[in-house]
Amino acid sequence: MHEYSLMTALMERVEAEAATHRALAVHRVRVRIGELSGVEPDLLESAFAIVRAGTICAGAALEIERVAARWVCPACRRPMTAGERLECPTCGEPAALAAGDEIVLGQIELEVP
Amino acid sequence: MCETCGCGDPHKVSVEIQERILSVNDREAAHNREHFAARGVLAINLMGSPGSGKTAVLEATARAFAGRFPVAAITGDLETERDAERLRSAGIPARAITTGSACHLDAAMVHHALHHDSVQDARLLFIENVGNLVCPAVYDLGQAFNVVALAVTEGEDKPLKYPVMFRKADLVLVTKTDLLPYLDVRLGAIDEALERVTPAPLVFHVSARSGDGLDGWFAWLESQFAARSGPVPGHPAHNHSHI
Repeated sequence: MHEYSLMTALMERVEAEAATHRALAVHRVRVRIGELSGVEPDLLESAFAIVRAGTICAGAALEIERVAARWVCPACRRPMTAGERLECPTCGEPAALAAGDEIVLGQIELEVP
Repeated sequence: MCETCGCGDPHKVSVEIQERILSVNDREAAHNREHFAARGVLAINLMGSPGSGKTAVLEATARAFAGRFPVAAITGDLETERDAERLRSAGIPARAITTGSACHLDAAMVHHALHHDSVQDARLLFIENVGNLVCPAVYDLGQAFNVVALAVTEGEDKPLKYPVMFRKADLVLVTKTDLLPYLDVRLGAIDEALERVTPAPLVFHVSARSGDGLDGWFAWLESQFAARSGPVPGHPAHNHSHI
């Protein structure tokens, strides 16, 4: 379960940002997690519940935006559907991943003095 | 202080970050890549389930390349030096990273191992990751290529069940093909499953035991090695500390 180590990295980043703004508290943490990122949103939430205790994020909500995998032909932009061979039937080009591998800290909402 | 009316109440601000959560690991991986580029090292991150035959393929590879150019390995396991010992017996320097309970290697662990004498002179460096088809796929180590070992005994639909790992594979070694006569598994079905989770996969069917198919894998390694006719020795001045 690597979600715990990811969450530790996330918390370090959020705490540093909160310190820069001399925040009193963090209210919200927004992340984007792709379907093919290898990160399980439910496990990320469990890890957040453990890691935030006693930190500036203690009362914060974690909002996870799940991003679906999207494969397209790099030549004709034809989308491929899940389960299909990842090669464009028209152009013969190997598909390219257009979305779905994100593991991104998007925004945080802080309470500042 | 509230900037709108100066009332003294705390208020909320939204801060845009838009950064990969693994940016610290990404920076370490970029640093490893600089190490490799400076020395003309071809670094391969070898991943796969426990028991998929990663070490056996590396033993065969070590024997094939021994004496021709410097090969070394870094091996990751939760406990023991057994894989590193096997590879040393096969004739190459090997350094074990024991991760305790961590399910994957990260770039910092690899960086630490890179400064160990035994692997310093390698031009072809294998990083044998912790046996696991999930977590290692998430961490960039600074490798040039990800290679995934998939044993025929794991079944035809393994790629469909673990798409994240196989999507990250630049090359797939379908291993233990000598066992096919005893299994209801078709190589064609494995290849077809791979084509549904990764675009135009490069696949070699090999048996480390019989040697079948290894020639293609060795030829691929040689071509990649030749392609990066890297600059010669001499690691650039390097003044960060190593824990």
